[in-house]
Amino acid sequence: MDGATTAPDVIEGEASASVERPLARVPLVLNKRNFSWITERISGVIEANAPRWWWVAFAITSMVAMFGLFCLGYQISTGVGTWGLNHPVGWAWDITNFVFWIGIGHAGTLISAILFLLRQKWRTSINRAAEAMTLFAVICAAIFPGVHVGRVWMAWYLAPLPNNYGIWPNFRSPLLWDVFAVSTYFSVSVLFWYTGLIPDLATLRDRATTKIKKFLYGIFAVGWRGSNRNWRHYEMAYLLLAGLSTPLVLSVHSVVSFDFATSIIPTWHTTIFPPYFVAGAIFGGFAMVLTLLIPARAIYKLQDIITPQHIDKMAKVILLTGSIVGYAYAMEFFVAWYSGNQYEKFAFYNRIFGPYWWYWWVGMLFCNTVSPQLFWFKRFRQNIYVVYFVCMCVNTGMWFERFIIIVGGLHRDFLPSSWGMFYPTWVDIWTFIGTFGIFTSLFLLFIRYLPMIAMSEVKIVLPEANPHHASPAEHHTVAAGGKERT
Amino acid sequence: MRTPYGNKVYGMGAEYPSASALYEAAKMVRDAGFKRWDVHSPFPIHGMDEAMGLGKSWLSAFVLAGGITGLLTAAVLEFGPSSLIYPLIVHGKPRNFFTVPAFFPIMFELTILFSAFTAFFAMLIMNGLPRWYHPVFNWNRFSRATNDGFFLVIEARDQRFTELEAQEILEQSGGQHITIIHED
Repeated sequence: MDGATTAPDVIEGEASASVERPLARVPLVLNKRNFSWITERISGVIEANAPRWWWVAFAITSMVAMFGLFCLGYQISTGVGTWGLNHPVGWAWDITNFVFWIGIGHAGTLISAILFLLRQKWRTSINRAAEAMTLFAVICAAIFPGVHVGRVWMAWYLAPLPNNYGIWPNFRSPLLWDVFAVSTYFSVSVLFWYTGLIPDLATLRDRATTKIKKFLYGIFAVGWRGSNRNWRHYEMAYLLLAGLSTPLVLSVHSVVSFDFATSIIPTWHTTIFPPYFVAGAIFGGFAMVLTLLIPARAIYKLQDIITPQHIDKMAKVILLTGSIVGYAYAMEFFVAWYSGNQYEKFAFYNRIFGPYWWYWWVGMLFCNTVSPQLFWFKRFRQNIYVVYFVCMCVNTGMWFERFIIIVGGLHRDFLPSSWGMFYPTWVDIWTFIGTFGIFTSLFLLFIRYLPMIAMSEVKIVLPEANPHHASPAEHHTVAAGGKERT
Repeated sequence: MRTPYGNKVYGMGAEYPSASALYEAAKMVRDAGFKRWDVHSPFPIHGMDEAMGLGKSWLSAFVLAGGITGLLTAAVLEFGPSSLIYPLIVHGKPRNFFTVPAFFPIMFELTILFSAFTAFFAMLIMNGLPRWYHPVFNWNRFSRATNDGFFLVIEARDQRFTELEAQEILEQSGGQHITIIHED
């Protein structure tokens, strides 16, 4: 764990605090905060009255969400024709949005599960908010394929239910795999998120000042009392949920990519898709996590918990996955050329110089490939404005990428006589904007009513949480070059 | 066991100033031979299971069973309709052993789904949760157990429990605010 770089008999970076140890790590919680400070600061966000900006923001986002829902209602009651879909482009903004949102959802589970298994303790400051973001993104994602089927009231055909027509779904279809993958992903993410919430809900229950709060937090805290006999099973359950979510998160976007890869459309029919999509999902998801947490951290003064170190590490993940994505883009071009397949070659030529040329130049090239390369430099990773700028680029770029893959592949495939363009209608546009309203409204409600940082987990990374911790005087060794806010 | 005022006694508790003090106290109580006791902390303390003399949690065995159930459910769900009830020939692909890989994604997903639900519910059941109430909540200091307090409670049901002996070991181990906790 922490002591990996030191001799094994030195106890977790604490024992010889009086000696300057160059390998000691920068503390994950700055300014020597103690347990009760963490409880106060994080619970305080919920217990204080909602600030005015929250009401303003919530009013705007919920109105946008309502209009998005109105668009969905209009589309369902009128027909899929209210969207710009037609031959040859039968999948457009809807599936683009689906892949976009489900991709964003991947960061939460990556942070909570994979980083947990890798013993990355810095995850504790950001995992709760990232998991919540995952759930809300998956909710937004699920809207699109659900409504896209056209006759929504027939959507139950997707489920393998015995019916009097004797019709069963085709279990060998990637679209059905998708139904199972996304619904499993949502269910498991909810369980994982809620399991992590139980100890923190107990904290809120014990601090509640009104009867109604005590009752509600009490119900959801299921009578948690921090007993070690309970923690024992709890930790095992958490570890197993992390172990189960790890292959799950990798499988979900792989299955999403199978929707494309198993077809014969040029640019879709490629074996590179699963890893390419998974890397892209983590890339886009981390950008969205930072997009939400950088303002939240500033507004609620959480800089001691979400430190520059956390932002630096997330920026590195964005750099890594962004480079994988950039490599995948390059490989697609190489394989198109190397395959000698004229349709494939044309499709990639069309991607750069065709009617959707600027989507590629702006979205895929600049936003996704070039902008994250700034993170090679520490100066940029530590500049909050640069980080935010790159995150916004990635958020935009990943939407463009999915649009290019989906519409770019469909609009000019084999026969020039069946080529066409896609033009979104106002319903297309507002349904998409509406999902942003739904997403941000849910996130605002989340930070209002639930602890946005996992208190019980952040407490573990304090040195005093170590049972071999000697005395408060030996608090926090600060690494050479490590910065603490004053 | 009852107090002179007639309250039923649940046990005796003490508060400790830090996680390391609680850890050392747990080892003492374990070595003194108590069986029905527990420690309460705002977060899981690394190594506390050994300090309390508890073994590995066997929750994992239930999860394995849940996973196997999920896998078999998926196999029955897929091969039942696709091979027996409504054989469907898609893309001219035969229904034989070589098409089995196309059924794997759903088997995988249901294995994960069933395992995760088992992990969650097994955790609750093994912990005796959810429950409305617990005697430790009668102790007014106890609300700090979810904030920054570290507690050790020896139950009166323990074979070795006597008021004197429990108090002695809690004092020896550095416990503060030693209190008798009422059952109701």
